[in-house]
Amino acid sequence: MKTLLILGAGTGGTMVANKMSEHLDANEWKIILVDKDETHYYQPGFLFIPFEIYSPQDVVKPKRDFVPPNVEFIISDIEMIEPEQNRVKLAKRSKWIDYDYLVVATGSHVHPEETEGMVNGGWYKNIFDFYTVEGATALSRFLKFWKGGRLVLNITEMPIKCPVAPLEFLFLADWYFTERGIRDKVELVLATPLDGAFTKPRASAILGNMLENKGIYIEPEFNIGEVDSSKQVIRSYDEREIDYDLFVTVPTNMGAEVIERSGMGDELNFIPTDKHTLQSKNWENIFIIGDAGDVPTSKAGSVAHFMLDVLIENMQRHMEGLELRSTFDGHANCFIESGFEKGILIDFNYDVEPLPGKYPLPGFGPFSLLQESPANHWGKMIFRWTYWNVLLKGGEMPFESQMSMAGKWA
Amino acid sequence: MTLTINPEVLEGIEFDEEGFMVDADDWTPTIGETIAAILELDLTERHWDVINFVRQEYADKGEAPTLRRITKVGGIPTKELYQLFPDGPAKIAAKVSGLAKPTGCI
Ligand SMILES: Cc1cc2nc3c(=O)[nH]c(=O)nc-3n(C[C@H](O)[C@H](O)[C@H](O)COP(=O)(O)OP(=O)(O)OC[C@H]3O[C@@H](n4cnc5c(N)ncnc54)[C@H](O)[C@@H]3O)c2cc1C
Repeated sequence: MKTLLILGAGTGGTMVANKMSEHLDANEWKIILVDKDETHYYQPGFLFIPFEIYSPQDVVKPKRDFVPPNVEFIISDIEMIEPEQNRVKLAKRSKWIDYDYLVVATGSHVHPEETEGMVNGGWYKNIFDFYTVEGATALSRFLKFWKGGRLVLNITEMPIKCPVAPLEFLFLADWYFTERGIRDKVELVLATPLDGAFTKPRASAILGNMLENKGIYIEPEFNIGEVDSSKQVIRSYDEREIDYDLFVTVPTNMGAEVIERSGMGDELNFIPTDKHTLQSKNWENIFIIGDAGDVPTSKAGSVAHFMLDVLIENMQRHMEGLELRSTFDGHANCFIESGFEKGILIDFNYDVEPLPGKYPLPGFGPFSLLQESPANHWGKMIFRWTYWNVLLKGGEMPFESQMSMAGKWA
Repeated sequence: MTLTINPEVLEGIEFDEEGFMVDADDWTPTIGETIAAILELDLTERHWDVINFVRQEYADKGEAPTLRRITKVGGIPTKELYQLFPDGPAKIAAKVSGLAKPTGCI
């Protein structure tokens, strides 16, 4: 019996378990999936919790519901990976698992403690994140009774998962405070280490304009050095200061600690990964899906989905002794919620930045690219249903893995 | 202060519109000093620790390191990096080291 071991049962790991269980012969292969958490979080839903569009119950389901019957699912912390020995140590009963193939899908996680002063004093009093269910929920309780003031949203450093989420947060905040009738009492500020609203020039210009039109002020190239919660200011390394009444942070994102303990990651614990084949750069029987790797595209659920087919095919090719295919092109797409029941869709890859146009989606009709429309908002809201019912199970999505130029205005 | 600019050194070297060298392989330490002088930076040994690390990263990986990488792998604290390159260490160190603007973010 051979073993395929999958570490992490989030978006990527769950999809791989489902797909591989269809492809591998159960008489020959055992598939084991490990995660420390019994609960699956629909992370894109965290964005909506502070504004009471979703409640915490709306974004959770038991992980087990998504694990196929022929996959062994173990709930345990992963203590150590020993890639040279082809084995993994679990915290539960200090059990060792030997593997023939390993898929790492341990994701990316926030570390507010990486910033000086962040988790002192004001943490969860008037400093919140919305990248965890706890942070988003605490922020929702705070916002409910907030009378207004200056809300500063800061991205600590890049890369972060879902790089558009901070913009969406501000667009929704603009809508939420308008609905509450206190928009004139709230100042919205984005302090970002980037030189504009987004990482890609055309989208950055368009999204930058949207911020401006909504009266959201942007402080670019702001690299936060510390939070002084007694004075309610954040200070950059080049000594600019911004006062806040409410500070919303997107903390440093890092790969899982087990990656660092195992000496497998870079300076942010992301695993060096071939950006076209999704194989580990150091060990040929290890493949990486989702946020855990260092491939230079967005860290997003949609990207993990686009990686899936390439990863499954390459792992099977490797098992057969065939050469890997370099077919992953960095394809990413995201619906960006822009408030007032509208949204934007962006679609891009390693080589092509987001462009305006129409996205021709079979069965759903065209979505406007880089332009606000109600259809894009509904696309985003339907995404939750699709996520639970199609995506996690590795089902067919109406999106191609590789990006298409159809409908784009180059 | 020993800020001497000898523009002849830069003859034939191509720069992009933001002042980053187009071909990193054209770079020499003298060119680095000249770019630094134009940016009004007086290079100390500590600057050279950074530049050497950045060049080594380029040789190994083909691109400029991020700020965090210079700090964590290169061993130079972020605060000090801002003292050395006040206008943004990752960017300015890349510029002085003859590399393209660091992407580092997606
Ligand atoms: C606020 C927010 C909004 C977002 N919006 C969008 C969006 O609109 N569209 C989109 O496509 N994406 C969005 N994303 C990103 C998306 O959720 C992630 O990119 C995606 O979930 C990544 O999947 P993954 O499998 O790599 O990691 P995850 O789904 O995070 O799974 C990692 C798993 O590994 C487990 N794990 C880690 N370490 C250990 C250990 N030591 N032992 C045991 N188990 C461990 C964790 O428990 C977790 O279950 C958003 C994310 C956030 C936070």
